[in-house]
Amino acid sequence: MHYESTERKPLILGDKSYHQITEDVVRPIETAAPRAWWVAFSIALVMFLWGVGSLAYTVGTGIGVWGLNKTVGWAWDITNFVWWVGIGHAGTLISAVLLLFRQRWRMAINRSAEAMTIFSVIQAGLFPLFHMGRVWLAYWVFPIPNQYGSLWVNFNSPLLWDVFAISTYLTVSVVFWYVGLIPDFAMVRDRAINPVQKHIYKILSFGWGGKAKAWQRFEEVSLVLAGLATPLVLSVHTIVSMDFATSVIPGWHTTIFPPYFVAGAIFSGFAMVQTLLLIVRKVFKMEDYITIQHIEMMNIVIMVTGSIVGVAYITELFIAWYSGVEYEQYAFLNRATGPYWWAYWSMMTCNVFSPQFMWSKKLRTNLVFTFVISIVVNIGMWFERFVIIVTSLHRDYLPSSWSMFSPSFVEVGIFVGTIGFFFTLFLLYARTFPVIAQAELKTILKTSGEAQKKLHNDHGAHH
Amino acid sequence: MAHTTESVPLVRAMYHDDDVLISAVKQIRAAGFKISEVYTPFPVHGLDKAMGLKESRIAVAAFMYGLIGLTVAVTLTWYMMVSDWPQNIGGKPNINWAMNMPAFVPILFEMTVFFAAHLMVWTYLVINGLYPGADAKNPDPRTTDDYFMVELPAAKGLIETLQKSGAVEIAEA
Repeated sequence: MHYESTERKPLILGDKSYHQITEDVVRPIETAAPRAWWVAFSIALVMFLWGVGSLAYTVGTGIGVWGLNKTVGWAWDITNFVWWVGIGHAGTLISAVLLLFRQRWRMAINRSAEAMTIFSVIQAGLFPLFHMGRVWLAYWVFPIPNQYGSLWVNFNSPLLWDVFAISTYLTVSVVFWYVGLIPDFAMVRDRAINPVQKHIYKILSFGWGGKAKAWQRFEEVSLVLAGLATPLVLSVHTIVSMDFATSVIPGWHTTIFPPYFVAGAIFSGFAMVQTLLLIVRKVFKMEDYITIQHIEMMNIVIMVTGSIVGVAYITELFIAWYSGVEYEQYAFLNRATGPYWWAYWSMMTCNVFSPQFMWSKKLRTNLVFTFVISIVVNIGMWFERFVIIVTSLHRDYLPSSWSMFSPSFVEVGIFVGTIGFFFTLFLLYARTFPVIAQAELKTILKTSGEAQKKLHNDHGAHH
Repeated sequence: MAHTTESVPLVRAMYHDDDVLISAVKQIRAAGFKISEVYTPFPVHGLDKAMGLKESRIAVAAFMYGLIGLTVAVTLTWYMMVSDWPQNIGGKPNINWAMNMPAFVPILFEMTVFFAAHLMVWTYLVINGLYPGADAKNPDPRTTDDYFMVELPAAKGLIETLQKSGAVEIAEA
């Protein structure tokens, strides 16, 4: 038996047993939904339906109903796409990268973080899909033999790399998530009394029985999937950034984009995990599992990645000046002082200044403050993508083409709709899936449980 | 036994702690009994070694699947971009695969990961007999909560060994 240092704070608070963990994790599934859940679900559903209506209008009339023009041909759609993909990154980072680094605090939060990843990548995918205009021809992005030659897709294009990256990322995240869910569904199945519920969880649990050999393979598969998902998650936002970086637009054509986008993705993703988990732990009474220590760890990640993003912003400014290219210099001067100055300074305030509060232990362990900052960071990261995309495009090389962009009510509707869709999925998940990876968590109870640690320490003192 | 066709009855011993389970498995094997299966609610570290299970080779399989994915990606990009319909895109003609390879690195990488991850998980489900709607493989529902079960064929002196090893329940099935 391996014991942990007494210096490490317990990851599971209170006097828990294996059975108590089961009870606590299964409670939201076996009990009726609290009123707050129904209120949130109704709001999310209404937002989602508004988005469905806006999408139907877009498909029926054409993307001319959006606010795009000849100069600004990419705006909210790509902003929202990059924003949602970025949010997804924290889930994989927590479940894969922290697994490789053997960070045990990930165990209480990885299930929900992965759920968030999958649900946000679904939202991201909607934007390029509908921006194609004729969405029923979306399968043309795949290399399928056709009657035009065959005319193949262009494997030199970052937009096609994106298709492969996002598809791989979404499907691999789903299987990674599901492999972990199987034993937990089996736990719900074995407790279920209601025959309908028992049958549903029987289907979902794939007949899992917890045999020793199956667990051995489970651990190996989890480790290999983590090893595969780690470079995968870094590749996804790298490739997203290449959609911009391989073009010749001032402000986009920079080699700093891949690491800068990846850091920003982790930054916004952790902020979204904070937003969701602060609610989950309160509503479902999971404070003993998702502890202040977990919140603090995530705040530290937010602080570090936020500072990396800040360094990237300053580097961009410096390189624009140092390059001596007047178009590049103008692009950045225009970002800070041009007609979209308010978007630029919103971005700077939310992303660079606000995470610096987390240097204070008092603030980063304050739940209300953390919640506010998590929202602020996500607003800031939305503005970052808007600033990069719209301010770079709206000042063309030809001053006669200069224009401004403002979204139509349809675009606003689609964006609000994806937020509604995301929360609809997350709220359904929170009521029907085990929100904590209980089987994994049970493996650290003896080493990281508060009561178990105390018992061991007291026992050790008598020797 | 009277009938040779009749299978040997199984004995199921329940334990309530993972450390007790590990030491019990060691004791049972040391006493010369053969364990047919152990059911646990979570991966108990060291159990596979205590039971004498061989190491899993699924990582090797994943590596092979990754190589298949890489081969598929090389073939796909070569056939479509160089062999079937070479095009001059942005002043960069697709003359041969090697010269264009840098532009295909993202595709090569994604396809490798895609094949390795998906085929490995399919393999994992098949070799463990996991599929939607399969019947639960654990004989006692408590083994997904907080009980640990050792299953083994009945033999002389087995019950005493199990009792000594700390089993909280022993049943013959």
